[in-house]
Amino acid sequence: MARLQLRINADLVDADAPDHWTLLEVLRYRLGLTGSKQGCDKGDCGACTVLVDGKPWLACLTLAASVQGRAITTIEGLLPAHRRAGGEGADPVQEAFDRCGALQCGFCQPGMMLSARALLNRCPQPTREQIRDALSGNLCRCTGYTQIFEAVESCVAEAVGAKPDLRSWEAQLAERRGKPVTP
Amino acid sequence: MSARDLHGPGAPWGPEAPGAKANADFGVVGKAHRKIDGLAKATGAAVYTDDLQLPGMLHAKTLRSPHAHARVKRVDFTKALALPGVHAAIGGDSMPIKYGVIPWTPDENALAVDKVRFIGDPVAAVAALDEDTANAALKLIEVEYEVLHAYFDPREALARTAPAIHESKKGGNVSKSVQLDFGDVDSALSQAAVVVEDDYTFHGTTHAPIEPHCAVATYSADGLLTLWSATQITHYVHRALSRVLELPPHKIRVIQPCLGGAFGGKSDPFSLEFCVSKLAMLTGRPVKMLWTREEVFYAHRGRHPMQMHYRSGATADGKLLGVDAKILIDGGSYSSFGLVTTYYSGQLLTGPYHFPSYRFDSTRVFTNKPPCGPKRGHGSVQPRFAFEIQLDQLAEKLGLDPLEIRRRNFQGDFTRTVNGQRITSNGFLQCLDEVERASDWRARKGKLPFGRGLGVAGSMYISGTNYPVYPNEMPQAGVQLKVDRSGLVTVFTGGNDIGQGSNSLCAYIVAEELGLKLDQVRVVAADTDLCPVDLGAYSSRVTFMVGNATIDACRKLREQLVAAVAAKWECAAGRVRFIDGLVVDLEDVSRSMSTMEAFQLAETKFDTLGATGSYNTPTLGGDYRGGTIGASPAYSFTAHVVECEVDVETGRITVERVWIAHDCGRAINPMIVAGQMEGSAYMGLAEAVLEDHDINRFGLHKGPSLLDYRIPTSLDTPEFHALIVESLDPEGPYGAKEAGEGPLHPSLPALSNAVYDAVGIRLKHLPFTPAKVLAALREQRAAAKQESTGALARGAR
Ligand code: FES
Ligand code: FES
Repeated sequence: MARLQLRINADLVDADAPDHWTLLEVLRYRLGLTGSKQGCDKGDCGACTVLVDGKPWLACLTLAASVQGRAITTIEGLLPAHRRAGGEGADPVQEAFDRCGALQCGFCQPGMMLSARALLNRCPQPTREQIRDALSGNLCRCTGYTQIFEAVESCVAEAVGAKPDLRSWEAQLAERRGKPVTP
Repeated sequence: MSARDLHGPGAPWGPEAPGAKANADFGVVGKAHRKIDGLAKATGAAVYTDDLQLPGMLHAKTLRSPHAHARVKRVDFTKALALPGVHAAIGGDSMPIKYGVIPWTPDENALAVDKVRFIGDPVAAVAALDEDTANAALKLIEVEYEVLHAYFDPREALARTAPAIHESKKGGNVSKSVQLDFGDVDSALSQAAVVVEDDYTFHGTTHAPIEPHCAVATYSADGLLTLWSATQITHYVHRALSRVLELPPHKIRVIQPCLGGAFGGKSDPFSLEFCVSKLAMLTGRPVKMLWTREEVFYAHRGRHPMQMHYRSGATADGKLLGVDAKILIDGGSYSSFGLVTTYYSGQLLTGPYHFPSYRFDSTRVFTNKPPCGPKRGHGSVQPRFAFEIQLDQLAEKLGLDPLEIRRRNFQGDFTRTVNGQRITSNGFLQCLDEVERASDWRARKGKLPFGRGLGVAGSMYISGTNYPVYPNEMPQAGVQLKVDRSGLVTVFTGGNDIGQGSNSLCAYIVAEELGLKLDQVRVVAADTDLCPVDLGAYSSRVTFMVGNATIDACRKLREQLVAAVAAKWECAAGRVRFIDGLVVDLEDVSRSMSTMEAFQLAETKFDTLGATGSYNTPTLGGDYRGGTIGASPAYSFTAHVVECEVDVETGRITVERVWIAHDCGRAINPMIVAGQMEGSAYMGLAEAVLEDHDINRFGLHKGPSLLDYRIPTSLDTPEFHALIVESLDPEGPYGAKEAGEGPLHPSLPALSNAVYDAVGIRLKHLPFTPAKVLAALREQRAAAKQESTGALARGAR
């Protein structure tokens, strides 16, 4: 058993945990930060992705003790950080994922959104290829990724005040109905 | 009058009612909206089963069989129980009653009673203070096995009857066998201008939802068992618990928390649900079990491997005359939904094309592998794969365009299939038009450079089935509304939201029907104590059935609300309209009130407000044994065009683009429909080129991890174009049909057909590995060489 001191989201927190516990276990089962998900516990799926010093990091492969003193961001930290910075609603990535239908079961999405957040922090206007690349460590079994890419692009478009391209179904239905299908 | 009679073609939302409405008349329906739980999921606030932490909770683990087929002679817990921190250990004798999701074939035990039937079959379970202690305790359990001959090849399992995998079954290792005959296939085929006869293979694939199975149970001092489980069939789990634990159903509550994906992989009652319940009852403490990813692979219930033989014939102008199918289904070790799978493998092929005659002979056998079950497109993805390739083979022989042969055989709408199923709306032709146009088929099919090709395929699928898993005449879906003085309406539904958005669907419908803003509706779902029964998220039934039940409840409530407002305004009820959170007088625009005021008026006038609604299918199906299996109140239709590139050096197939046109009746939320279409196509294509759920010669899974079982990443995924077709079904809610499973089917055969267009090889045996592609290319070259030397020799003579 070890006493850990971790910098998580805006807080410095203490936690007692067995020496071999991963960051994911400490987050979920000691600190109640269950937004980080476990899909495989062996580094294959990306559901446990958090940010460590701003970089996507697999919490299931990280010994909790090894990231003491470093800045850890979990999905629970995004909205409060956005509000602290004077924003409204949730983080623009979270809003865009919700707006674009990217959240089906949602289980992969905390990790996915943190990977997307890290990408946009270092590259505010990524191309589709850069988005694909940055999210390739996060498996999603529901969406076929398309609405995820669209969400990231919508987030970018919003940031620069542009209108995102119409999606295939949107253009096709709007044409048939003679009016837009998105309110 | 039974519930069935209320919901047939004459139901109040039939042709004249809202389905026929133009989109202009809807407030909410037909437009893209956020999901009601989207932000909860986006912020990490949504609670999934493993997120539950209860005070004093114990952790449970399962001991699994290392043998594929063995008799369990002895299980000894003495040492395990002596380990400090271990609270209880149980074996098969603690729960000897068998269960199965299909009540006719109960052949599973929560823990092995007499035998184990695959590597990974659960044998014992322990509950301990923490996971580490539970794992340590597993190692201390002593089990003595007598190893038996194991079957891995379904042909051997069919031919050899001893030792039988299930001794109680008559007929050796046969799990189910169905032979059905419609019309005279043999004479039809003897008159055909062309006949194609060929073999096709579907390998095994699995669901791999990102959330592993998890369950938590508590047992209160006064004997109430509460189970939270990552399940898509709360109601059937409720029934199974009652049976196996011998508790009266009213002493059991089953709750499905937020669910992290299922795709059919969480639609059986599973061992862990019984184990945590029993352990909670024994210890008096909350107990959780979370399966590892490896355990999820062994629990499986994925797509059945099938060996398929098809023979089809057509007239010279491409009209199908008859189809004859023989299918051997590898069921793995238990029945699961296998009875239905066996029927579906034949029953669901009879559209969107007209078959004058049809015969199928399907046999499911047990083998000592992880049990197969329903995966997205249950039972019909495999035959569809075979048949849509065969259609292309027919088209080729006749010199017809593959799209054209599909058009020529279109069965039409409002018709009956050769096996007696009623078809209502059918937008398949429009689906073909859409993919043809969007893919620029005419200009590009057969004209792309060598190595690049286009392929087409079509399909149909059920929107729910009129066969409730256990026979009864009660509604298949029930919904209850509670109306609050605050202006809120709460919907209670048994429907399982598995990520497809069924809870949001309920909210959209209530908002539409009662003219509310979306944030005035909350949904409580999948809790057997609070919600009326819905049978679960399977067979693509939720939108259709829960949707109709919700409309039913709303209409009853609206009548009261309108009456109360009309009385207050002293006007005719027809003048009162609920719209966007307001109630207005259509003839006097100065007069309006909030819906909250209207609710209070109605509560004053009528007493506490509420309403129930329900749905059941009309009586459907062919008049023969099994004729109701595959009978659906409506069918969805799909067409895909796939564009691929084949690298002839490496044998690698890259899917570049997919056009998916799907007739979903009406897109209640087109964004969700598009997401289902894209997700389906993604899953289907992955089954074709990447995924393989198989075991090695010892019965061990080939690669039970998300690294070895290769589900596609964002880099592997092609460009999808979702094209929504709306045929407005007369019985669907606002005309809607399913969208979650149908759009998977054409992916695989369309890819095979595209590969043929690209390089001229017919891939008929899944998965399409580079090795298979290279072998087929070699064969093609050898044949061409023989042909040219033959021609040379002939020339020399
Ligand atoms: S849980 Fe960490 S990568 Fe899957
Ligand atoms: S949304 Fe379900 S796994 Fe990505």
